[in-house]
Amino acid sequence: MENLRLLFAAPSLSLQLLLDGVLIGAIFALAAYGMALVWGVMGLINVAQGELVMLGGYAAYFLYRAGIHPLLGVPVAAILLFILGWALYRVVVFRVVDKDLFISILATYGLSILLQQLANGLFGANVRTAESGFGTLVLLDGAVTISEIKLVAFAAALLAGAALIVFLKRSRMGQAIRATSQNARAARVMGIDTDRVYAWTFGLNAAICGASGALVAMTWIVHPYLGLPYTVRSFMIVILAGLGNVFGVLAAALGLGVAENFAGFVLGAEYQAAFIFGLLVVILVWRRFSLARQRRYLT
Amino acid sequence: MTPILEVQHVRKSFGGVVANDDVSLAVPAGKIYGLIGPNGSGKTTLFNSIVGQHPVDGGSIRFAGREITTLRVPQIARLGLLRTFQQTRIYRGMTCLQNMLISVPPAGLGWRSVYLRPSAAEERKAEDLLQFVGLHAKRHLPGGDLSFGQQKLLEFAMALMSQPKMLLLDEPTAGINPTLINGLLERLRQANRDFGITLLVIEHNMRVIMQLAEYIYCLAHGELLAEGKPEEVQKDQRVLDAYLGAT
Amino acid sequence: MKLPAPRELLIPAVILAFGLLAPVLAPSYRGQMAFLWVMIVFALTWDLLGGQMGYNSFGNILFFGVGMYACVVVQRDLHLGYYAALFLGMGVGALLAVTVGALIGSGLLGLRGHYFAIGTLGIGIAAGELASGWDFVGGGGGMVPPLFPGAVGGRETFFYYLSFALAVVTFPVLRFLYAGRFGLAINAIRDDEDKAEAMGLRTTRYKTTAWCVSAFFLGLMGGVVGNLVGFIDPREVAFAGSTFGVWMVLMAILGGKGTLWGPVLGAAIFHVTKELFWTYLLGWQRVALGLLIVVIVVFFPRGILGWARERWPERFGQRVDEPASEAGR
Ligand SMILES: Nc1ncnc2c1ncn2[C@@H]1O[C@H](COP(=O)(O)OP(=O)(O)O)[C@@H](O)[C@H]1O
Ligand SMILES: [Mg+2]
Repeated sequence: MENLRLLFAAPSLSLQLLLDGVLIGAIFALAAYGMALVWGVMGLINVAQGELVMLGGYAAYFLYRAGIHPLLGVPVAAILLFILGWALYRVVVFRVVDKDLFISILATYGLSILLQQLANGLFGANVRTAESGFGTLVLLDGAVTISEIKLVAFAAALLAGAALIVFLKRSRMGQAIRATSQNARAARVMGIDTDRVYAWTFGLNAAICGASGALVAMTWIVHPYLGLPYTVRSFMIVILAGLGNVFGVLAAALGLGVAENFAGFVLGAEYQAAFIFGLLVVILVWRRFSLARQRRYLT
Repeated sequence: MTPILEVQHVRKSFGGVVANDDVSLAVPAGKIYGLIGPNGSGKTTLFNSIVGQHPVDGGSIRFAGREITTLRVPQIARLGLLRTFQQTRIYRGMTCLQNMLISVPPAGLGWRSVYLRPSAAEERKAEDLLQFVGLHAKRHLPGGDLSFGQQKLLEFAMALMSQPKMLLLDEPTAGINPTLINGLLERLRQANRDFGITLLVIEHNMRVIMQLAEYIYCLAHGELLAEGKPEEVQKDQRVLDAYLGAT
Repeated sequence: MKLPAPRELLIPAVILAFGLLAPVLAPSYRGQMAFLWVMIVFALTWDLLGGQMGYNSFGNILFFGVGMYACVVVQRDLHLGYYAALFLGMGVGALLAVTVGALIGSGLLGLRGHYFAIGTLGIGIAAGELASGWDFVGGGGGMVPPLFPGAVGGRETFFYYLSFALAVVTFPVLRFLYAGRFGLAINAIRDDEDKAEAMGLRTTRYKTTAWCVSAFFLGLMGGVVGNLVGFIDPREVAFAGSTFGVWMVLMAILGGKGTLWGPVLGAAIFHVTKELFWTYLLGWQRVALGLLIVVIVVFFPRGILGWARERWPERFGQRVDEPASEAGR
């Protein structure tokens, strides 16, 4: 609580936390948008979402080790993860798409453990960073500092999100994806190969997670266990924003980034994870009671 | 006679679609009333509003002298107002007998009695009602293994098991083998006569409802179009137009 | 009351005899065998919610951890005799777990389907994170329960019998609950909760009760396991969502969720297989676990008894009556 007083004493500190939160939030938005896409089109909640982010981070890290600048690593990580996502769909996910929700949740939870532990076994539990070599901006006479990499990552995240949205709006596959999300059966009648659409959707989701992970790797760190918090963040953002609402996702993600930064500062870093998972429960329960008042359920 | 169910000026819209607009109706205790209307005219929506499935935008609903407009589904059901579903809902993984046994009047599932086994009297009653709807031979089959028509019968038997004061039936004959419809109608009348259950029946099939109900409300485009005795409604030009226009 | 047929008593009798004699026959495996009973309780209590009621929880581990911490705190802070403190601690742990279950139940159990699954996942992890930041319970360093006063090796025997006893009590309690109207009510909730509400069932009450029963046995078991393991780590032992927490689900599914014996069977198979092969996996155990989940869930979601019930429905009492017996009525 000492820190809370500090916040009031130094408004510039609040500004710092706010800025950091907004910048981090854009990266959350990417993974969340991917989750909303898969949820909306395939009716599936992908618990391995965070592991895709984590693997994107490792892709960027190893590219960096091979001498490729992390910013260039972002599109490459996206492409690699697209291939992985496609493969995951073809091997596992297609088998659970039409099954009941719990089966798909449990199967993707299994995938999440599998990928996490594979990363742990192959890459080790050490924390890694893809150094980008950017400097730090100093504002307001040193009261607020922003590392340039966060600004760059913010811009890159918005760009990646925009690219995905343009793809969904303009390309033939994007149109097929949107048609399938409205009514899969009607789409099939119209001759759309929904299996292929699903594979693309899952691949695109993995790609956007991969981009997000690459940005994470150059802005902060990667390690095998960072997945689940990203899954939970994405889930919270989607619940708050609803499916198919791009600006809602962005707003919720930025809000979450800010909330997390303030909570991390006030409660202390050791409680940050507890805050994320606790917030999930609070949001769910709040949604449930607000809907129950209207005689409705969270469905 | 005071009505057991009284719906006054109920309005309900989904986004832009006005599904019920200023609907009022009243059903006296002990009667069989009908609710007809072309597909999409808002009949099921009205049932959902009555039993508390969703909030209404305006109007009031009273049941057995009580305001129930803001109560929720289980509370209304415990007052003795039950409904069956158009798409038919039963417990698919449980046997027919188990479906029946858990449908005892909710008052019988108190804090302590819920931990006991169903009593012999309940089992007998369950078997009798299954016999009544012709499902006795299948009583040890899971509900999900029954045909659609049989599931409708099971759902009806479950509702009877619960001894409601009033039962709202959503298209009870849809999907039932036409040769069995007359038998079903006879059972509905029996339920009304012998168990004293007030019925409000949604029916798409005009011929059927004319035989069954003694008073009929007709909805079209969410509004109450006409009401009256079957022979009056049958002759009403607006009703005929609505049906012809819709099909 | 009707007495069960001798044939029905055979399997329980064999299991009881095995459980009682096992430590004598194979003393060096007492620890592993104690965990067999722990696993059975895990699978049974999970199945009460996941299998019988259709509420697939990833957060039951919460109750286990709460019970474990409460028990060891009582043992540490109340200066009683060893056994008095242990049993008091287990009792306090169970009560606390039930209280937590009742408190969060009304909120979480109102969530349906995937929201419930992910919400419970969140609460289990949040608890582990909170415990590892809370110095009163040792923070990230965890806690160590007091030393067992008896002879060397007596600890394993004692806690073996304690976990055995817990499993032996859990099973008939659940069996009793499933046999009554309560069992029908939670099955109805599983099959169609909207219908159950439309029929006037007090679904929230039954759901909370089931969750609290689960919490009670897990809370008791938490105290036992804390002492059996001899060390409480917040994330790896008490709120071990990624091991115990997932195993519960997996074992129940493997054996056949929603059946009485399925969880027992699944737990036995899983545990024995795990003990036999785990060490050969040389550090890749958790990868194998992830793979196992995917394979079981994708290819064998009904489990052993679920499969058997589909294959031989008559054996499970699903049958059409002969017209003859019909005429006899
Ligand atoms: N939950 C809902 N959300 C949106 N629109 C609905 C919903 N339920 C019903 N409607 C709409 O309300 C109108 C009336 O539907 P319904 O009550 O089912 O008609 P009926 O039972 O008479 O065939 C229809 O246009 C239908 O599309
Ligand atoms: Mg209808």
